[in-house]
Amino acid sequence: MPSVTPGGAAPAREFSTIGRRMRKVDGLAKATGRARYTDDIQLPGMLHGKILRSPHPHARIKSIDASAAERLKGVHAVTTGRDMPVPYGIIPWTPDEHPLCLDRVRYVGDGVAAVAAVDEETANEALGLVEVVYEELPAYFSPHEAIAAESGPFIHEPRRPGRNGNVTKVVRLEFGDVEAGLAESAVVVEGDYFFEGTTHTPIEPHCAIGMAERGGRLTVWSATQVPHYLHRELARVLDLDPALVRVVQPPVGGAFGGKSEPFDLEFCVATLAMKTGRPVKILYTREEVFYAHRGRHPFHMRYRTGADENGMLAAVDAEIVLDGGAYASFGLVTTYYSGQLLTAPYQMPAYRFHSTRAYTNKPACGPKRGHGSVQPRFAFEVQLDRIAERLAIDPIELRRRNFIGADTRTVNDLRITSNGFLECLDAVEAASGWRRKFRKLPFGRGVGVAGSTYISGTNYPVYPNDMPQSGVQLQVDRSGRVSVFSGASEIGQGADSMVAYVVAEELGVPLEHIRVLAGDTDFTPVDLGAYSSRVTFMLGNACIDAARRLKQQVQEAVAEAWDAKPGEVLLAGGLAMRKGDTGVSMSVRDAFNLAEAKFGTLGATGSYDTPKDVHGSYRGATIGASPAYSFSAHVAEVRVDPETGFVDVEKIWIAHDCGRALNPVLVEGQMEGSAYMGFAEAVMEEHVFKTAEQGRAGLHNAPSLLDYRIPTSLDTPALESLVIESVDPEGPYGAKEAGEGPLHPSIPAIANAIHDAVGVRMNSLPFSPPRVWAALQNRTAAGAEGAGDGVAKAGRREREGGSGGVAKAVTP
Amino acid sequence: MEVVRLTVNGDERVCGVPAHYTLLETLRYGLGLTGSKQGCDKGDCGACTVVLDGKAVLSCLTPILEAEGRHVRTVEGLASGVEPHPLQDEFDLHGAAQCGFCTPGILCSAAALLDREPSPSREDIREALAGNLCRCTGYEKIYDAVEGAAARCRA
Repeated sequence: MPSVTPGGAAPAREFSTIGRRMRKVDGLAKATGRARYTDDIQLPGMLHGKILRSPHPHARIKSIDASAAERLKGVHAVTTGRDMPVPYGIIPWTPDEHPLCLDRVRYVGDGVAAVAAVDEETANEALGLVEVVYEELPAYFSPHEAIAAESGPFIHEPRRPGRNGNVTKVVRLEFGDVEAGLAESAVVVEGDYFFEGTTHTPIEPHCAIGMAERGGRLTVWSATQVPHYLHRELARVLDLDPALVRVVQPPVGGAFGGKSEPFDLEFCVATLAMKTGRPVKILYTREEVFYAHRGRHPFHMRYRTGADENGMLAAVDAEIVLDGGAYASFGLVTTYYSGQLLTAPYQMPAYRFHSTRAYTNKPACGPKRGHGSVQPRFAFEVQLDRIAERLAIDPIELRRRNFIGADTRTVNDLRITSNGFLECLDAVEAASGWRRKFRKLPFGRGVGVAGSTYISGTNYPVYPNDMPQSGVQLQVDRSGRVSVFSGASEIGQGADSMVAYVVAEELGVPLEHIRVLAGDTDFTPVDLGAYSSRVTFMLGNACIDAARRLKQQVQEAVAEAWDAKPGEVLLAGGLAMRKGDTGVSMSVRDAFNLAEAKFGTLGATGSYDTPKDVHGSYRGATIGASPAYSFSAHVAEVRVDPETGFVDVEKIWIAHDCGRALNPVLVEGQMEGSAYMGFAEAVMEEHVFKTAEQGRAGLHNAPSLLDYRIPTSLDTPALESLVIESVDPEGPYGAKEAGEGPLHPSIPAIANAIHDAVGVRMNSLPFSPPRVWAALQNRTAAGAEGAGDGVAKAGRREREGGSGGVAKAVTP
Repeated sequence: MEVVRLTVNGDERVCGVPAHYTLLETLRYGLGLTGSKQGCDKGDCGACTVVLDGKAVLSCLTPILEAEGRHVRTVEGLASGVEPHPLQDEFDLHGAAQCGFCTPGILCSAAALLDREPSPSREDIREALAGNLCRCTGYEKIYDAVEGAAARCRA
């Protein structure tokens, strides 16, 4: 049974390290300024690179003349797309971009040339001397217009003749009989929803350094989440021997999915370094970070949801258009995720989704925290709230009734193992005081609930192969120190610390005797990267695998000395102890030395690969399949000012089933950071572009941290974490993900709370004051006719003899 | 090129930098103090915050000539020997630094706060950190850390 640990109290002490509130291995380095991020690295003789970017949203490149730039004093090299003609794309089936554009630019900000110069000023001056002649082409800013232009002009050439080159992916999947389910439903709720695009906005801008040596050796330092994929793509696109290419990933200053594929700067620093023989650094400006994007896709969604009179879901039908931007990026996966990840934590006998991703002439969208499933989750959880409203069922109760359960399969045949969703609902219901608040707060104040699920990694890697998804290597020193070589990417989530906790637990070594070297393709085994919430589950299991191999040798050697069985030797707390006889012990260091004497130099590798039989057999069944799923439920409490439409989110209670909290401090940090980011998308952030009517179509509306408003400390609501531990049978010590799942419910919980507060349904994001104010005006103007929900609220309060709010509810 | 003199973390430094350099550029490129970060280079994110004569300032918006002759304290100057400043230790303890990129600036804002207000309320802390964007934590752990440090500084 899952156990609730409010505030993250440590679980029952069955471990010596796991579950304790611990520091991170890199916490003090980061708090003292010692941590060296990519831009902190200065190499002797280093040049500075800059990328010239397209001023047009869509244009043919007629010519590029870089001769004047090359002649400028201080300029060492200029490169263009011709130097790097091999296309790439993070998904091997959709390689549709080049490090620098060859003959066409597809968004304002697309790279066309790069220079390396003695300093940044000279590099900037050189960019101004590169002459590019463009022939402008018609541009698309709406996915609907792009899809409608069936005969072109196209943003990309169709992959097959006769196809629409503006459509990048279409997925249509149906499970069960949706039409029959809807026909038999006692209530069918329909709604149109719009999720505006948002972007990751890590505080560290992208940065990369290239260094070339004789004999074809290339080193690239980069603020990336995916050193392995970058390694592969650098070698492939630049036609280099991968064994001579090294990718080093220094500490990354935030990523959130925004650094999870190769970017132009990494190819450019490599090429410029090879051309000049000097190290070359490129640091994006903040504006370039906004244009690099790869963030949340805008989604246009239509849902029909049917339920019986008890609120049991009967059928769900979704029609989704994804605005993909100029390139494919992870879009193939996003299109599947837009439907595949909706099928838990609620049972649904019939489900259909039809998702179409379009190219538009804007920066490419990709994966942002909660890839592809945050948008449908918003719409769907609002739909559930409407069903609860219609049937007069408490929204938490409605969700409980539809709970899919543990150890089961979803309608689209995903395997669910552990599932602590009910405990999540219980936790937020109790902590938020739900029963005394829902429908009982005065007008202008309200609470809302939502639930969700998310993957703990994907069962299949980005490129097909039969090798492990994650690997580590351990090395033991005679001093008792254990070094871990980890291929995983520390991006602030605590990957390096997690490795140390697991190895310390298995080998009984104090945490301070563990060293972690990570993210260096010359020295660490392959891990596929910090994406899709895979690291704890996969790397954690790989660490257990490696440590247990090593432990076996230590146990054998000590058992021999004690004339005992290996299984009787326990390693914990810095000691090797004899089971059942605590008087017999030696230090772990001595135990390691015995093992080294017996077996030679000590070391072990460990790996993890996903189970491959945990999904259906239909086309696309592998996308969305994960070894385990996390579950979340949030309650948000809001205050809405009816005069201005301003939504003040006062607090979010976050309950999250992470399987087991290996370190509750870090789990809470992920939960709070996720809820913060969801809150930000709900009420503040919009990654939008100017239209032709506004002049300069395709320009980012607000490419700065002042104008693209991310929440400050004063904006952010109070956040309370409620850690739920369902102990997954396959996770490391039962752990599942915590980094992305707890973002999802924030947004619909806020939407539903707004409805509880003022009786309007907010179906378009963000819930900015103008939108909320307009919704309030519409409701008032429409009166009883078009605003069933709002009136229902007023009516309900009358029935309940509600205080004060009733009069206000019907007054502008 | 200008020759500027300023006191950085207690050391008197003389540094030749282009006249258009900011304090941040001087710290990072002139003096090799890379603890202070550049997140936006236009005063929006606060990652470059340092303490200038006791006040938290945005070093990316401070022309170097304005810092001439003044006292600058950066994240590298908070610790006493190998002992971290209570703020740094509490950030570590509470997991208040995730990616850590905003952390040096937040620590400087918090250090300036604790210097002028040894017993800040949570609201005081929120106010003092309003110019420092953190994208990872949701701020809760940061408040806990500043409160913990304030208590230790008072003790």
